[in-house]
Amino acid sequence: METFKCECGHLNHVGTVICESCGKPQDETATDLLDMKYEGTARRSIVNNQTFIDKVWMFFSSVKVAVVIIIITLIAAALGTIFPQRDLLPPTADPATYYQDEYGTFGKIYDFIGLDNTFNSWWFMLLVASIGISLVICSLDRIVPLYKALNKQTVTRHPGFLTRQRMFGTTKVENITEEIEKAKKNLIKKRYKIREENGNILAEKGRFSRWGPYVNHIGLIIFLIGVMLRYVPGMYLDKALWVQEGELKPIVGTNQNYYIKLNDFHMETYNKKTEGKVYEEAIERFGNDKIPKNYQADVTLYKRQGNLIPGEEPKLTKVKDYNIRVNEPLKFQHFALYQVDYKIGEFSAFLFTLEDKKTGKKLGPLKVDLQNPKEVYDLKNGYKVELRNYFPDFYFNSDGVPDTKTRKPNNPAFVFKMTTPETPKGEVAFVAIKQNIEPDGVNKYKMTFAGIETKDSTGLTVRKDLTLWLLGIGGTIFMIGVIQGMYWYHRRVWIQNQDGEIWIAAFTNKNYYGLKQELKKVLGDTKIELPIDQQSEKSV
Amino acid sequence: MIFLHMGGTAYMKKNRTLIRTLILLIMVAAIGYTFYINFFKEDEVVSKGSTAPNFALTELNSEDKFTLSEQKGKGVIVNFWGTWCEPCKREMPFMNELYQKYKDQGIELFALNADESEFSVKKFVSDYKLTFPIAIDKDQEILNIYGVNPLPTTFFVSPDGKVKRIVTGQMTSTSFENYIKEILPK
Repeated sequence: METFKCECGHLNHVGTVICESCGKPQDETATDLLDMKYEGTARRSIVNNQTFIDKVWMFFSSVKVAVVIIIITLIAAALGTIFPQRDLLPPTADPATYYQDEYGTFGKIYDFIGLDNTFNSWWFMLLVASIGISLVICSLDRIVPLYKALNKQTVTRHPGFLTRQRMFGTTKVENITEEIEKAKKNLIKKRYKIREENGNILAEKGRFSRWGPYVNHIGLIIFLIGVMLRYVPGMYLDKALWVQEGELKPIVGTNQNYYIKLNDFHMETYNKKTEGKVYEEAIERFGNDKIPKNYQADVTLYKRQGNLIPGEEPKLTKVKDYNIRVNEPLKFQHFALYQVDYKIGEFSAFLFTLEDKKTGKKLGPLKVDLQNPKEVYDLKNGYKVELRNYFPDFYFNSDGVPDTKTRKPNNPAFVFKMTTPETPKGEVAFVAIKQNIEPDGVNKYKMTFAGIETKDSTGLTVRKDLTLWLLGIGGTIFMIGVIQGMYWYHRRVWIQNQDGEIWIAAFTNKNYYGLKQELKKVLGDTKIELPIDQQSEKSV
Repeated sequence: MIFLHMGGTAYMKKNRTLIRTLILLIMVAAIGYTFYINFFKEDEVVSKGSTAPNFALTELNSEDKFTLSEQKGKGVIVNFWGTWCEPCKREMPFMNELYQKYKDQGIELFALNADESEFSVKKFVSDYKLTFPIAIDKDQEILNIYGVNPLPTTFFVSPDGKVKRIVTGQMTSTSFENYIKEILPK
C-alpha cells in the first residue's frame, strides 16, 4: 500500500498525518494541537518495498542522522584545533617529534590517532561529504510534499483541522455572511490572498517564507560544490615562493610561463624622528625602529616566449615592474603574488684583503661570491689568490674533515692559496668565520676579512582561486534563503460557516504574537471574537 | 517535474527508484572524484612506468647539450646528487667504474647536481675523477619536476623512454649493476 483515501476523496501517501486536501487529521481520537511541520505530509522516503537505494536514501533523509553527522563533524573540527595542524607547523619544526616534544603524551596520542591532519584526512572529508548528501536528500524529501500540500489545500477544511490549530475560536453571530465579508475586506487590506468556497474563506500570505530553508540549502550545496572544485587540478593554488634579491625564478603553478625577479626588498620601521612628535610616545612604547611599517618586494614580472624544454634557458619578455606590499599583491592572469615572509641579510659575498702580516700592507679587496665563487682572483703585479676549496655550510664531517652540511652559505669557509712575488710557491690558509688556520706553518701573508655583502629574500605566496565566484553565488543564495525565511511569515486564516457559528482558525510558521496583533485589527470592526491561543491557554 | 507526480502505480515507484539512484550516483561520483584527487592521485610526480619527463642541460665540462629525448634507444640513468650528501659521495666511485663498463653497450649516465656553485661541482668532479656527464640543475628545476626527495635518487630509464626503476637513497655496486642490466638495450 502506497496511498490511502481520505473521506474527502483525496489520495494521500502512507505516513501522511493531515489530509493534503481537506486537512482532516488522520488520528481522529487525538485532541492535542496539530503538528503543522511540513503540513503533516509524509516524508518521501517512507515507502514500503525498500530496495537498497531506498534504504540509503531513507538513512540520509533523516534529520536525526543529519544532526548526528553535523555534531560529529563539529567535534572533529574542534579537536583539530587543539594543536597546530601538521601542515601549519613552524618551518623549523620536525613533524615527527614536534607533537611529543611540545605537548607530551597527549601530543603523541594526538599525532598517533591522526588529529594532526584532521582537515586533510579522508574521514573528515567523508563527514563533510555526508553532510552534503544529507542536505540534498533531506531537502528533496521535504520540499516536494510540502509544495504539493500547500498547492493542493482546499478552502473548506475539515472541522478537526480547525479545532486543533493553535489559534481557534467560535462566535455566534446573527448575520454570518456580512461579518465574514467585513473580515475578508480587512484581510485584503492586510495583503492576504483570499480564496472562497461556499462562503468559507482561506486567507493566506507569505507562503514564500516556507521556501527559505530550502533556498538556504541550495546555497550551501553550491558552496560545497565550490569547495570541491578546489581539488580539480588548475582551479586552486596556494604555494610558497622564495626569491632572493637579484634572482630570477619561475613562478610555481604557471607551468614555467611566468618568471619573477626580485630587484629589491625593503622592510621599513617606524622611526620617532621621521614620524613626527605626535607619535613619539606611541613608538617609544614598543621601541624605536621596532614597529614594522612596510614590507615591500620590488619585482619584475616576465613572460616566457616559445616552447621550453626544462633546463633550457628561457626567452623572456618583461611584462611589468611592480612593488608587492602586504595586501597589495601582484596580479596577473588568475594569479596573485602576496608578500608573506622575508629574510634579511643572508650572506651573499665575503670581501677579503690580502695582507702582509709584517708591514700591514693590504691588497684588494677581492670579493668572493658565495653562490658562485671564482677559482682565481688576480690582484695584479704578481699577486693572486686562488680558491682551493669552498664549504658553504662548513662543519667537520664524520671523518673529521672540513665539509659542507648543506648547499646554503650559512657558515662559509674557504681554503685559499696566496701567491705573491715574495712567496712564488704560494701559501695556503684555511679561512672561516673568526678562524684563520695556516696548515703549512707560519705564512707571510694572510687573508683579512674586509666586509660582507648580504641579500634579502622575499617569501611570497602564489595564489590562484577560480572557485571564488561559485562560493560567492552559494553564499549569496544562502543569505537570500535566510532572509526569506526570517523576514517573511507564512500566515493563514480560515474562516468557516459551521451551522450558524463562525469558526476561525489561524496559523503562522512563526511569531504568533504578530499574528494575534494582526487578527485584532482584522476582526476589530466585526463581531467575530478573537480566536484563542490554545497553546498559551494550556500552559497557563 | 517528475517529483511532483503522485500515484501508487508500480510505474511511479520504478521511476522514483531511478531518480534516487541517479541523484545518489551523481553525488557519489562527485565525492569519489574529490577523494581520488586528494588521496590516490600523486602530485604530478614521476612514477615507475611513466614516461621520463624530458629535459635539456649543458654538460659541465664538455659544454655539450644533453637532451633526454634524444637518448632513445639507450638506457639512461639519471642521478640526482649534491656535494654535501654523504651517501651520494659513496655512490660515486662505483657509478664511475660501471659507467665505463657499460657506456659502450648503450648505457648513458647523467648526474644532476642540486644547484650548487660551479666551483664546488667542478672541485668535486676532479676530486672523484668522475668521467660521466654531469650538469648543474639550476634552481633544482628538474629535481622538482621529477619529485625528488631526498638525495640521492636515481632514475633508470628504459631505451623506450619509460621509467623502469626509481631508487631513493644509496645503492650498492651490485644493485646498481643489476639495475643497469634491466635497462640494457637489446
